[in-house]
Formats: sequence, structure tokens, C-alpha cells
Amino acid sequence: MDLNSVLITIAVLAVLGCALAVILYFVSQKFKVYEDPKIAEVEAELPGANCGGCGFPGCHGLAEALAKADDLSNIGCPVGGAPVMAKIAAILGKEAGSAEPKVAVARCSASCNTRIKIAEYDGAQSCAIAATHFSAETGCAFSCLGHGDCVKACKFDAIQIDPDKGVIVDEEKCVACGACAKACPKNVIELRPKGRLVQGKNRRVWVNCVNKDKGPVAMKACKTACIGCGKCAKVCKFAAITVENNVAYIDPAKCKACGLCLNECPTHAIQATFPAPPKPKPAPVPADATSEKPSQAAKAE
Amino acid sequence: MLKTFKIGGIHPDENKLSAASPIQVLPVPAEVKIPLAQHIGAPAQPCVEVGAKVKVGTLIAKAGGFVSANVHSSVSGTVKKIEEFVDANGMKKMAIVITVEGDEWEESIDRSTDIVRDIKLEPKEIIAKVSEMGLVGMGGATFPTHVKLAVPDGQKCEALVINGVECEPYLTSDHRAMLERPEEILMGVKILMKALQIDKAYIGIENNKPDAIAKLTELAKNYPGVTVQPLKLKYPQGGEKQLIDACMDRQVPSGKLPINVGAVVQNVGTALAVYEAVQKNKPLIERIVCVTGKPLAKPSNFLVRIGTPVSACIEAAGGMPEDCGKVIGGGPMMGRAMMHTDVPVIKGTSGILLMNKKESKRPEIANCIRCAKCVNVCPMGLEPYLLSKLSAKEMWDEAQEHNIMDCIECGSCNFTCPSNRPLLDYVRLGKGKVGAILRAKAAAAKAAAEKK
Amino acid sequence: MDKLTIAPSPHVHGHDSVKRNMYGVLIALAPALAASLWFFGLGALTVILTSVISCVLFEFLIQKFLLKVKPTITDGSAAVTGLILAFNLPSNLPIWIIVIGALFAIGVCKMTFGGLGQNIVNPAIAGRVFLLVSFPAQMTSWPTPGAVDGMTGATPLGLLKEGLHTGKSISEIANLPTSTDMLMGNIGGSLGEVSAIALLIGLVIMLAMRIITWHIPVAVLGTMAAFAAIAWGIDPATNADPLFHLLTGGAMLGAIFMATDYVTSPMTKNGMLIYGFGIGLLTMLIRCYGAYPEGMSFAILIMNIVTPLINKYTQPKRFGVK
Repeated sequence: MDLNSVLITIAVLAVLGCALAVILYFVSQKFKVYEDPKIAEVEAELPGANCGGCGFPGCHGLAEALAKADDLSNIGCPVGGAPVMAKIAAILGKEAGSAEPKVAVARCSASCNTRIKIAEYDGAQSCAIAATHFSAETGCAFSCLGHGDCVKACKFDAIQIDPDKGVIVDEEKCVACGACAKACPKNVIELRPKGRLVQGKNRRVWVNCVNKDKGPVAMKACKTACIGCGKCAKVCKFAAITVENNVAYIDPAKCKACGLCLNECPTHAIQATFPAPPKPKPAPVPADATSEKPSQAAKAE
Repeated sequence: MLKTFKIGGIHPDENKLSAASPIQVLPVPAEVKIPLAQHIGAPAQPCVEVGAKVKVGTLIAKAGGFVSANVHSSVSGTVKKIEEFVDANGMKKMAIVITVEGDEWEESIDRSTDIVRDIKLEPKEIIAKVSEMGLVGMGGATFPTHVKLAVPDGQKCEALVINGVECEPYLTSDHRAMLERPEEILMGVKILMKALQIDKAYIGIENNKPDAIAKLTELAKNYPGVTVQPLKLKYPQGGEKQLIDACMDRQVPSGKLPINVGAVVQNVGTALAVYEAVQKNKPLIERIVCVTGKPLAKPSNFLVRIGTPVSACIEAAGGMPEDCGKVIGGGPMMGRAMMHTDVPVIKGTSGILLMNKKESKRPEIANCIRCAKCVNVCPMGLEPYLLSKLSAKEMWDEAQEHNIMDCIECGSCNFTCPSNRPLLDYVRLGKGKVGAILRAKAAAAKAAAEKK
Repeated sequence: MDKLTIAPSPHVHGHDSVKRNMYGVLIALAPALAASLWFFGLGALTVILTSVISCVLFEFLIQKFLLKVKPTITDGSAAVTGLILAFNLPSNLPIWIIVIGALFAIGVCKMTFGGLGQNIVNPAIAGRVFLLVSFPAQMTSWPTPGAVDGMTGATPLGLLKEGLHTGKSISEIANLPTSTDMLMGNIGGSLGEVSAIALLIGLVIMLAMRIITWHIPVAVLGTMAAFAAIAWGIDPATNADPLFHLLTGGAMLGAIFMATDYVTSPMTKNGMLIYGFGIGLLTMLIRCYGAYPEGMSFAILIMNIVTPLINKYTQPKRFGVK
């Protein structure tokens, strides 16, 4: 090859490169947007999954919000949790919020195989679509529909729908981002505090039903429905249970997870992550009750 | 020459099984359940107490607003209770339950079959009468009729379009009404024209009903300004916008109402009810219901009192067949599947369609092969494949940009999709979400404007 | 009576299915298949069987063992890919090359993107182009129809390009086939592309079954004819007439069966016309000014890639918009 053409090529490219570099430099100066350097520091600490679990558009969005916020208690990264938030608080020189770790809880016992169907849904497999047309396949108009919008919404693979056991939340994987609760058109899923850690297990109790129908109607539609009888509220020593609209609700802030209510519920609508305590009085515990409780608790896991 | 709408459309099997079966009067049941919300808009407010004696035609619930409709008793008897019932979709609705005792009518109702030709009322009075008698669109949409007749200021109505298309497969109630009660329908059209103060009306009828076209064309000669317009067979010709396009060659722009192009559309069933309300003083207490379907022994057309259980209608048509997998309120394209048949016939129940088990299940879903057939058949010129994908991905802004709100939910896309994809299911979901977002934005803008 | 089924409307379906469309295409390809057997005999049969069987088999194996989903080979889409790939190959191609082509078409161009409906380019054409650039010698030795074993020749377009390259004018180039031969298929070339008449029968079948609309084939062939007519009008000595271009080099096969592939063609009528115009123009540019004598496959591949862009910028005529 001719040496000249090589030289010309090199020269042209060099000149072009220099000219473009100069242009780029000035453009970047001209259009520079000032950003708090702390935002970059905060973002470096975040997991970088851009899951949106915090409610902001990706990790950068959260970092911006954190840098701006005066109080960190209401926002935070659900994935990184307390350790990450502590580091971020140190960077920003603010107090870290002391939010309790939470977990998604599906408050319905219905599953594909156990629900008492009165009709057969055959439309698109989406809870949102089914819910806009029909109450449910069962007589319970409040129940889990079982088409898996929560499973699709979960970015952490923490929710599964088992044909026999219904919605199962994997406590290890769940980061309590709330995407499933938002996706559920029946508002069956609630974010509840994980609860007190005892012997490597989080203790929590919840009413596994959201049916607002009157007792007999609810019972006809589902064997494990809350019938709003109020027995649990009476037995609770901490006034944590309220019955409203024919359905009981356990306030996690007041509940001490003693499990007394578990034995009281006539329909086994109250569930816990631990076995029910033995009944206080020496009355003989029915054999089936003892055998059933632990298995139900296991289900919830 | 046969006219039709210009964009898209499909040709489902007609299956007009009950076309030759004359309208029979269904016996009054022992008890009726009359829902308070049988129309689009606010539910009516009950104005009778439990235990009250009512006659046929007694007002039992008053309209709960401008876009609402009065509800009248369809039987004579005692109000047993006013309570919630589970409707065909499994939702809870309020209804007035009346125990039937005899069949005594309000005296003001003219029960003779003579045609009353002299229209005594003035336009304003006609609209008031229509409102008083609780009339709603009888085609299935159940939009209160008086609202449609009240032309807003600044708008001008030029023509009335009467929908005698009955483009839904299976259904024949309008067809039978046109054959058996053509004079009353034409009088109803005349009354509607007077109410709107116009002198032009089109009655659009598809050419699969040549007998109805012939009969109405013949009789319409005595009604100046009324044109019977035969239309080419194509679904969804009965859609309001499609029908105006077919009859008047005018296309209602996106987001606008028929009145924007000078048209008011009413169903033939509504025209009939208007005649009865204005000339005979009869409230909307009964309607023609087509009970049909392949598994049914005797597909028939019945004149049914509002509040009669659907199960009674099916019983009269030969009873619930063993091979029934689905019961639909309305036609197969736009009707709603029922969860149970213990629900009342309401003002909008144009048909009760039974499908056999095999027809009831949707075929298996395959991947979208991008064949563009949904795009070709969409009567609104939309891209259903894209809209359903945007909905599934919750991309509401993009869906709005692609005119998702223009969808008329006719189901042509689902019908034609070779992969059996639930396109309309997702488009409808998206339409609901985008509509909610738009309403929220409008409310926010209004609130902001009021603040200033 | 059992539980009632509930579902959103509509409650009836038009009985159209993926199978109906795919098997419809296979039926429409049958005349061309018969023509290829008539002209190329057993060789054609071997190529077709190898291609179809390997395409279906690869799809089955990939779905069953790699993706672990329910195989959907019965929908006929893999068979259509296999048949169209075979139609684009010379009848004396070694079997192992065909198998590689099928693997590339199904494995790389279809299943990697997610299977049916997800691919960006037409798998059969991609497979063919892959073989053409990988095995140019084997892919461009075309057996002459009805000739004794081993006799190979060039395609009409190849003859033309070579002739023009050596400075001859069209009338001086020897051995150019007559229009009748080109119409019937009595010329050298790939299996399925030779008989224009058989392919046109296929077009009629597909239009009658409403599998495709007229837009793409007409746009492609119309653009090619217009381009060729202008060039021919300017200088008939160095440019072939429009009919010659339409009847050779897989123009018919491409316009009717390959450009109309649902997955890789635009969704709107206007988009289809733009897409067809692009294919026609690119084909003629490659044929007249490019290095390859034929350009159909490349043109379709390029326009396949442009399709998402066309979809983005074309919309059907909305109701109520003047």
C-alpha cells in the first residue's frame, strides 16, 4: 500500500478526533446538569435492581428522593433493608427510619382445588380482568381469584400459587415492596410486620379471610371464612382484634402473637406461623385440632 | 343499493333459530324481583314501603338523577321486601321483590290494541313523558332515553336513526317486533321525530330480514320523512357509530357523540316503547325477550314482564337442557355470561342465549402470529393486537395515544383471531384503566380551576 | 346441569386457527411442489423431505428438551418453514448442508427469539442466506431441468449478469430461456422458484382462503415491474424487460410466499404497501447494480428488519378521521 494514503488516513482521523473532542467538551459544559454528588454515593449503595419496590422509578429515583427527604422513616429500599438504609443514612447524615421488616400476607384460604366453585371462569387469565366482570367463581365475592396477578407482579419470585394451598409467600424472598398488594384487585394481600423472632421463626397471627358477608352467607361460600362472631376479639388480652363489617382484623401493632385466638375461631379462619398454644384450661384438646393446627401453620410458610 | 359501514367488520354465523317463532306472552310469575339499577347511570330510589300494595304500572322507584330512570311495578301485588340480591355477575344489587296477586293495571294505562295516531303532546311534553315512563335504550345498552332526546344547546339534530339491524347472531326480538308490530314502531318513530323536531328518520335493517324490510317499507309510505334503509349483512352494524356511518355516510369523530354529526340513534324496541308510553300511557314494564340457543328445545320470543326470573323464561322455552354450558344475557358477541339463572329479566335483556358445553369453552390460546386480521376487522380502525399488549404491560399512556378509548368492545378482534388470543379482554381492561386516569385528570384540572 | 361457564364477551369464535393458516399455506405451495418434482425429480424430493423433517424435528427437540414447553409442531409453522427453505435450495444440495440450514432457520432465527410469532426475520430466508454465504459453490450450481445427472447450469439471471459483465448486449447473450419456459418453470434455479404459474396458482389459493391480502404481492411485483420497465425503456440493450424480471430469480416465490410471512411483515395496509415497495426496489437495485444476480432474499431480509419501524409509523385509518 502507498505510504501516502496511510498517512492521510491517520491525519484525517486524528484531526476529526480532536475536533469532535473539542465539540463534545463544550457541549457537555453547556448542557451540564448539576446533581448532588451524594445522590451518586447513595445510588452506589443501593442494590441496583431497579425493581421499583420502593415506589420510585428505579434506584436512581430513590436515591434522589432520599437525598431530598428530611425524614428517612417513610421511604427506603425494601430490598436492601435496614443494613443498606443505615449506610445511606450515614452518607446523608440523617436518621435512619426504624421501619419494622414486613412481609406480604395473603388473607384468603381459597385455592384452585379447594374453593367451592359455583361457576367456571374461562376468560383471560388475569385477576384484574376477571374482577371487572364477575365477583368470583365462588359464592364469596371477596376471595382470591387465583389467576396469579400477584405472581406476575412479584419481581422477586416470592409468590407462588399452589393448586392445593392457594397463595404462598416465600418469607425469605419477599422484600415487602407491595407490588402484589397493589396488583390484587380484591385487596386480599396485606403487608404485615414479620413479627417477633422466636427460635429462628417469625411469630405472627392474622385473620385469613376478608369476607364482609354476614356469617351464614360467608360460611355457605367457604368453610374457613371469618363469620364475624367476635370470639377472638373477646379472648384477646391486648385489644388487638376488632370486628368490623362481619370480618375480624388483627392489628399487628397491638398483637403480641400469643395465639390465644387461634383456639377460639370456630372456622379456623385465624392463622399463624406457629402452632396454637395448648388450651389454658385442662379441657381435653380435640385430637383433630392439634393435628390440624401445625399443618395449617406450615401452609402459611 | 345496500349500504354498510366503511371500516372492518366480520360475518359470524347468523343462527337466527327463533326467527320464525311468533311473540308469545309469558305467564306472570308468582314473584318478581325488580332491580333498582337497570340502566346506565345512578340507581333509582325506592318510593314504596315493604307491605305496600302495587298495581301494574305503579311507580315504585324514582330516578336517582338526570342520567337515571324511573322504575315501575310490572305486576300487581304486595311489596315483599327491598333487599340486596346477587346479580348475574355475582355482584350485589338492590331490588324490590313483589309477590304477585292477580293482574290489576293502573287505570291510566290504555290496554286496547287500537293504534292511536293523533300525537297530542308537544315535544317537551313527549320527552317528559318518556322520562316519567322509565324508558331506556332497549337494545341492551340501557341508556335512559330522555337523556338522548334532550339535544344539548348549540347542537342540532338533523336525523333520527332507528336501529333495526339486530346484528348480534341468534337474537330475533327486534325482528319479530318489526314483523308483528310495525305500525306501532312507525308511530313511535313519528313521536320521536316530533320530540326532536326533525322531519327525517332512517330505519336501518340488515338484508337478512327481507320480510321486515318489505313490511316496513310498505307501511312507511304513510309516514313522510321515514326511510327504510336496507343494509348489507355485517357485524357490528348495530353499533351506534357504525349505523350512522351506514345510513348517513357520516363518521362520528373520536370521543364525540352521535349528536355531533346531527344524529340521534334509537332501537326499534325503544320506538315501540315510546309509542306505548306516549300514546297509551304505559310505563316500561315488559319487553320482548328472545330465548334461544342450539341446545334449547324450543327457541322462542316472549313478551316478558320485567322482574321475571331468567330461569322461568328458559323453562318456557323447553327447560334447561342437560348440555348447557353457558347462559348469556344478550347476544353472543356482546352479551354477558351469567353465573346463575336465578336473576330477573331487566329492561336491557334483549335475549337469553344458551350455549352447549362445547361452544362454551374458548379454544386454546396460541402465540400471536401477527397476521393483522384483528387490525383488518376492527370497525374503529384500531390495532387490537397492540392495544392488548400495551394493556397487559400496563402502558396506559401509549394505549391512550393509540386511541384505546375509541374501542366499542364489539369483539370482532377476538372473534377473528386465529390464535384465539383474549384481545378484547385486555383492551377492555386498558380502556377501564385509561378512562379512570382521564377522569382523575379532568377532576384534578377542574379542582385546580375552581381553586383559582 | 353443571356449573355455568363465565367469560367476558364475545362468546363465539370464527373458527380460524393457526393450523388453518399454516396448512393453507402448505396447500397453496402444493402446485409449486408438484412442479419442482416434475422438473427436478428425485433430487427435489430428497431436498424437500430432508428440509421439512429436519425443521420439524429441530423445533420439537428444542421445545421439548431446551425450552421444556409443550411442543407445538402440529401447528404446521415449522413445516412451512421447511418447505419454503427447500424451495430456495438447488435440488442437488448435499443433505448435511440442508440440515445445517434447517438448524440455523429454526434454532437460531425462530426459537432463540421465542418461537412462533416472535422472530424478527423470516427463518426460511435467513436459513437460505446463511447457506448462500457459507457454501456459495454448492448453493449456486443449479441442475438443469430434465437433464442427465450432474448437468448443471446457471439461472437466467446469472446468465444475464455474466453476459452483461462481459460487455454483451441482451440480444447477444445466448441460452436465455423463452418467456413460456420461465412461466412454466423449465429453467435452472432453486426447486420452488422456477415455475411462476404454479406459484401464481398458490397466490389465488391463499387469497381465496383469506390467508393473505393482495397488498404485499402486488406492491412487490408492481414495484419490480415499474423499475424494470423504466430501465428497459431507457436502454433495452443492457436491461432486461419487466416480464423477465418478474418470472425469474424467485420473484414470484418471494413476493407470494416469503414476503407475506405474517410474523415479519407489517400489520397495516399502508405498512404492507411500503414494505412491498421496499422489497421490490431493493431487489431490483441488487439485481441491476449489485454483485449478486438475484436479490429477493436479501431484500426481504432487510425489509423484515425494517418492519417494526414501519409498524410504528403507519396506523390504520381510524374511524371518524377524515
